[in-house]
Amino acid sequence: MAGDSKSGGNSTPILEVRNLKKHFPITRGFMRRVVGHVKAVDGVTFTVPEGKTLGLVGESGCGKTTTGRCILRAIQPTSGEIIFYDRNLGPVNVAEADKETLRQLRRNMQMIFQDPYSSLNPRMTLLDIVGEPLVVNKVCKGKELEERVAELLRLVGLRPEYMRRYPHAFSGGQRQRIGIARALALNPQLVVCDEPVSALDVSIQAQTLNLLQDLQEQFHLSYLFIAHDLSVVEHVSDAVAVMYVGKLVETAETEELYLNPLHPYTEALLSAVPRPDPRAEKERIILTGEVPDPANPPSGCYFHPRCRYAQPICSQEEPPLREARPGHFAACHFAGELSLRGVL
Amino acid sequence: MAGQDATPAKAKVTEPQAPEALAPTEERIFVASQWQLMWWRFRKHKLANVGGVVILLFYIGAIFCEFLSPYDPNAYEKTLTFVPPQRVHLFHEGQFIGPFVYGLKRTRDPVTYVITYEPDRSKIHKLHFFVPGHRYRMLGLFETDVHLFGLGPEEKGHKVYLLGTDRLGRDMFSRILYGSRISLSIGLLGVFVSFAIGILAGGVSGYFGGTIDTIIQRVIEFLRSIPTIPLWMALSASLPREWTTVQRYFAIVVLLSLIGWTGLARVVRGRFLAVREEDYVMAARLQGASELRIILRHMLPAFLSYIIASLTLSIPGMILGETSLSFLGLGLRPPTVSWGVLLQEAQNLQTVALAPWLLVPGVAVVTAILSFNFLGDGLRDAADPYAR
Repeated sequence: MAGDSKSGGNSTPILEVRNLKKHFPITRGFMRRVVGHVKAVDGVTFTVPEGKTLGLVGESGCGKTTTGRCILRAIQPTSGEIIFYDRNLGPVNVAEADKETLRQLRRNMQMIFQDPYSSLNPRMTLLDIVGEPLVVNKVCKGKELEERVAELLRLVGLRPEYMRRYPHAFSGGQRQRIGIARALALNPQLVVCDEPVSALDVSIQAQTLNLLQDLQEQFHLSYLFIAHDLSVVEHVSDAVAVMYVGKLVETAETEELYLNPLHPYTEALLSAVPRPDPRAEKERIILTGEVPDPANPPSGCYFHPRCRYAQPICSQEEPPLREARPGHFAACHFAGELSLRGVL
Repeated sequence: MAGQDATPAKAKVTEPQAPEALAPTEERIFVASQWQLMWWRFRKHKLANVGGVVILLFYIGAIFCEFLSPYDPNAYEKTLTFVPPQRVHLFHEGQFIGPFVYGLKRTRDPVTYVITYEPDRSKIHKLHFFVPGHRYRMLGLFETDVHLFGLGPEEKGHKVYLLGTDRLGRDMFSRILYGSRISLSIGLLGVFVSFAIGILAGGVSGYFGGTIDTIIQRVIEFLRSIPTIPLWMALSASLPREWTTVQRYFAIVVLLSLIGWTGLARVVRGRFLAVREEDYVMAARLQGASELRIILRHMLPAFLSYIIASLTLSIPGMILGETSLSFLGLGLRPPTVSWGVLLQEAQNLQTVALAPWLLVPGVAVVTAILSFNFLGDGLRDAADPYAR
């Protein structure tokens, strides 16, 4: 495809998310009166280029998973646009797609779950689990289905003979491979990986990440890679978006973001990335305080109570996400003015 | 672009993992379905196994009660009232003659007029198997008069009473067997009726949530807070007196289920809520599976085992309910024979003092209830073989 050039930036998008919001109502009492909203995702905008990986990082509770689920319409977003460039239907706004369109769209966008235990039905064999998308979409059945499932299992490094087994026969890493096989069954364009390795042992993490990258090359997949571990994201992503309390605070190409972070929150996250060099001088930035309650966020910049560079303006005005360097966006009043330390 | 054709078969294949040497038992576990895993786990629960076997025997007894009981439960014998249980002997004066009972010597106390029975050691009545007796229809299919045991046809006028007789000279053993048919079936039927209400109410509650859920839950709390015995008394007092036995029987079932469904509705709702949040349910939805398929393939199997376990655990409540109602004279009435009816007849001091064998139906009730509870416990423990 056209966007295969390594330069990035100008490649064709597969997914464009514009001003996505998801507010969960807080209800009280017998009549379920709405007393407030949890702004889990509050105006997020980003683009996933075709065949590339966008890493979405942030602390737990910052709305990463909600964003991923909104994109697949597993939950209904409150507002915003999610444009998916379907290979059959062309660009479609997922947020407003009707049931039938959604059914077709989901053949081309799939999800890999965080928990390899609860994401596989323990009462079904691998054949049923991996074959389910093929059966419900009436792609194939019988002998053909078995052959396709065997092929998918081989693809993710599992033996096809395991087809008759139940998930309880497998370890966490193997189960995650089963989940990947299921996501690939319909040959999707976009895969939302919701912390696919955070429940796995470190040794298994690397294997799984390599598998995901191999598969991306083979099938020209695009990934939205949700994670809280920056070292994992660095390994797999072409670009990174950093989320904090439902908002994006910084987006850039991976290398740029890791070398020259423009937001103090990113700097703090980066300082926590473990480095293999023991002599490297290292100062960890310990964030004080708690992640704000998304039902009751602080005024101005959401990060100002924990920011060590905070100025009076930070608690009064909310900084917009602006392009502080070419292709590098940050939502900080002092983006580009502070000298923040990156890694690498 | 490689990803666009439907079968990326010629793609680079990731190295399959090295074959592992598997013991046959391991392989057996790896391909075992939910029900097999549950069965293996249930087998380890000894008490539950015993309970299961006892319940099986009870139901076999209830189904074949005409064949197993020697006499008609309503046939009375004026001269043989309050006969104590007779012992079955194998040896007479050191000599083996097979199972037999001694004859009965009837004496009346000249002062109190109380009739007492003594074994008459000079008369031997041998027990025979498959003897002809009163006629009945086996399973409603064919008519026969064969009974499992009894005295031979040549011993006319003599009878065998394994558990004694009541005040009208009716055989308690036969009556308990016939009573089990009513008492045990009311438990099953009642549970199925309340299950139907419970799964509907609980399913609606768990599936839709929100205000409907709140309303149903408050109704359940209200129903549970009413003391059951007064409620039953009020409801059964409103049953017309002229109703037939069958009508009364079904009325009692409905009465019991009206209270019984609440517990089951809660179980169903709880499981529904738990399973609905599982990632595999969302995965199925994202793959385009229909709601019906999700409920039938993913959700139902996940809570079916729990429901079976709690069904088993709620049968004893039904049996006890029928027994207490009938005991109070509000449920079934004679000539219907149920354990509660039998216990009601034993409801006086004379019985307890002079004919304690009339309380044997109580033993049957306790045994059945305990067995159901043990079985239910075992099933509950085995219900989720994937619990970590």
